[in-house]
Amino acid sequence: MDFMIAAIITIVGLTTPILLAGLGELVVEKSGVLNLGVEGLMLVGAISGFAVTVFTFNPWAGVVGAAVGGALASLIFAVLVLQLNSNQVATGLALTIFGTGLSSLIGVNFTGRIVAPFGSVFPDVLAKDPFWKLFFGYSPIVYFAILMVFVVGWFLKKTRAGLILRAVGENDLSAHSIGYSVIKVRYMAIAFGGAMAGIGGAYFSLVITPMWAEKMTAGRGWIALALVVFAGWRTGRLLAGAYFFGILMALELYAKAAGFSFLPSQFWAAMPYAMTVVALAIISSRGTAGASAPACLGKPFTPST
Amino acid sequence: MTARLELKGITKRFPGVLANDHVGFAVQPGEIHALLGENGAGKSTLVKMIYGIMQPDEGEILWNGARITVANPKAARKLGIGMVFQHFSLFEALTVLENIALGMDANIPARELEAKIRAVMTQYGLLLDPSRVVSTLSVGERQRIEIVRALLLNPSLLIMDEPTSVLTPQEVDQLFVVLRKLASEGCSILYISHKLHEIKALCDTATILRGGKLVDTCEPKVETSRSMAEKMIGGSLKDIKREGRGLGGEKLVVKGLNLPADGPFGTALKDISFTVRAGEIFGVAGVAGNGQNALLLALSGEEPTARHAVTVNGTEVGHMRARDRRGQGVSSVPEERNGHAAVPVFTLADNAILTARDRLGMVNRGLLDAKAARTYAGEVIEAFSVKATGPGAMAESLSGGNLQKYIMGREILQKPQVLVVSQPTWGVDAGAAAAIHQALVDLAAEGSAIVVISQDLDELLSLCDTLAVINGGRLSTPMAVSDAKIDEIGLLMGGIHGEQTPGEVAHAV
Repeated sequence: MDFMIAAIITIVGLTTPILLAGLGELVVEKSGVLNLGVEGLMLVGAISGFAVTVFTFNPWAGVVGAAVGGALASLIFAVLVLQLNSNQVATGLALTIFGTGLSSLIGVNFTGRIVAPFGSVFPDVLAKDPFWKLFFGYSPIVYFAILMVFVVGWFLKKTRAGLILRAVGENDLSAHSIGYSVIKVRYMAIAFGGAMAGIGGAYFSLVITPMWAEKMTAGRGWIALALVVFAGWRTGRLLAGAYFFGILMALELYAKAAGFSFLPSQFWAAMPYAMTVVALAIISSRGTAGASAPACLGKPFTPST
Repeated sequence: MTARLELKGITKRFPGVLANDHVGFAVQPGEIHALLGENGAGKSTLVKMIYGIMQPDEGEILWNGARITVANPKAARKLGIGMVFQHFSLFEALTVLENIALGMDANIPARELEAKIRAVMTQYGLLLDPSRVVSTLSVGERQRIEIVRALLLNPSLLIMDEPTSVLTPQEVDQLFVVLRKLASEGCSILYISHKLHEIKALCDTATILRGGKLVDTCEPKVETSRSMAEKMIGGSLKDIKREGRGLGGEKLVVKGLNLPADGPFGTALKDISFTVRAGEIFGVAGVAGNGQNALLLALSGEEPTARHAVTVNGTEVGHMRARDRRGQGVSSVPEERNGHAAVPVFTLADNAILTARDRLGMVNRGLLDAKAARTYAGEVIEAFSVKATGPGAMAESLSGGNLQKYIMGREILQKPQVLVVSQPTWGVDAGAAAAIHQALVDLAAEGSAIVVISQDLDELLSLCDTLAVINGGRLSTPMAVSDAKIDEIGLLMGGIHGEQTPGEVAHAV
């Protein structure tokens, strides 16, 4: 029982960053933009969140800082792909390299410093209780991530703004001819995606290891990208998919303890990334990925005048 | 009586072209008014100014007697002007309801909007299920979405831009019922088309444009199709000369042709069989998206099939790719001119090399013979009166009709044994269309077998000897054009969509 509770808590922790970044990327892709820079955005978010927390001693401010940092970095991408019509794949990859470098540069002055972990805000009676911690023992970011699954799902399905966003991703030329601003919608979607990836990154530097380390997100941005494809661009499936990846990642930690010694632990460690490669390969051969991918995904918007 | 809409001296200039030259006419309340003209006559420019997409350089627009400026489409809709475009602006992956909501200027709650849509649909007999996803609908059903969208705004003038070009004859009849009902309620309709028999059947008045000028206003019911056509093209109409053509032996035999669907929105070909004899023109009718593209690819060799499925002059060519089939005398002209039939950024000479290199020996010691290509391109330009600066002109610099004439000429002058063409006169003006039709008939007279895939039933009926209908990837039994009945062809074109109607009624009511 205790083992199960500990395992579930681990899985929830591993799942949260990819769930946040995946939700952000889902909204970006629904608007017709493919941003492959999620990994870079998470790192920028991790360092901005950490830096703000160090200065303010307030992790809530840190989370806001991470969101702002991620959004600002994603706007560089937005200007390039929306205003200058640069290739989205190349620009996204460049954003990852840029974000990795930028976060390392800012991080030089923060290496070795520690902040108080941004843990549960519930009273210890619940948060530290051997059983109730299963529900109350998490960082507020965890609850925020799950809440956002429903908020994003509701936004896309039920609101007019969400409908316009989907329309822009499905047929940018028609949306333009009806009179919606494709560029404006995509700017907002990209900034939202950047903010969510930033908060996802901050989960590493504020919750998991409350300190800064270079490349601390360790490729989770790529998993978030794969997750969106796995989920078929649906929020409900994204939640399920995030937990599937979370379990795969937890297997690495628990493989030995659970007696999976017939395979080396490196095999389990590689599993999530192997699945990522599979999913990303599906993105690139989108013709066969089914009808659920937004029709304008990755295509530059060029209205004829 | 004050006219609903009156245009006075409307002029619009584009660099190098006078698109509208002092055009003026009036549309009365409840009138169905045809705007008739060839491609490039200035019809689209004119209605774009009425709908606020463009502004006139000169002239004035009067709405119920008052002078107005239509700043943009939103302003037009506010005045009560609705428009149904030729190319729909629909979102495939969204539902009917979502598509209509996107087209509304005000934010109406989904439930209220659905009630309004159902009210309009019942009133005009436009059957649609609001929760269906657009990608599952037929073209006719998609057009109904656009019409419902326009009607929800209670327009007093509805502009229809070439509405029937993609409909089956039955769907056209249904559309006319709706339009007549609207007109009887006082809504004016501006109906743009070049299909003369439809205008005769539907419209009260016709304004004919040619080269941007108003050339005549007439009453279609007392004119003949021929007299209106001659006013439209400004000359006498040439009949296709088709005498002296006997049918020879079997040239192209297609037997049990199957091809899997290309992607989720593609159509698979299912067990297609037909035979085309020397000198025969074989027509394939059907509504867009029923497997026409796949059929062209399977016949041209872009999509190889089972070896025995396609036979040319007794040789099995089904497994061959396009280049080897060209070696066997098969030529093809796909529907898409730019990017499929021709490379837009290549010169006409280079485009000639692409399909004529082997057959006409445009090779000099293993290298391309640019001189031979230029000569051949020059011959095509000459023989088909293509308006171009010469063999060195870029394909993209030609107008649609001229490029089409060039591409048809490029294939026809290679004297193919079998020629497969899709939409040979799509977006081509009447003069060029007549030239292309004559060239096809002449080629057949020389003993080639020709397959014409087209959505234009009139074209097929006037051109072909034999006709079959493609629907859902299946081809009907071929019939001789001389004893084909329009109703029957229409039903075949409707195919499964016709059978769906009872289900739709249940949903819609």
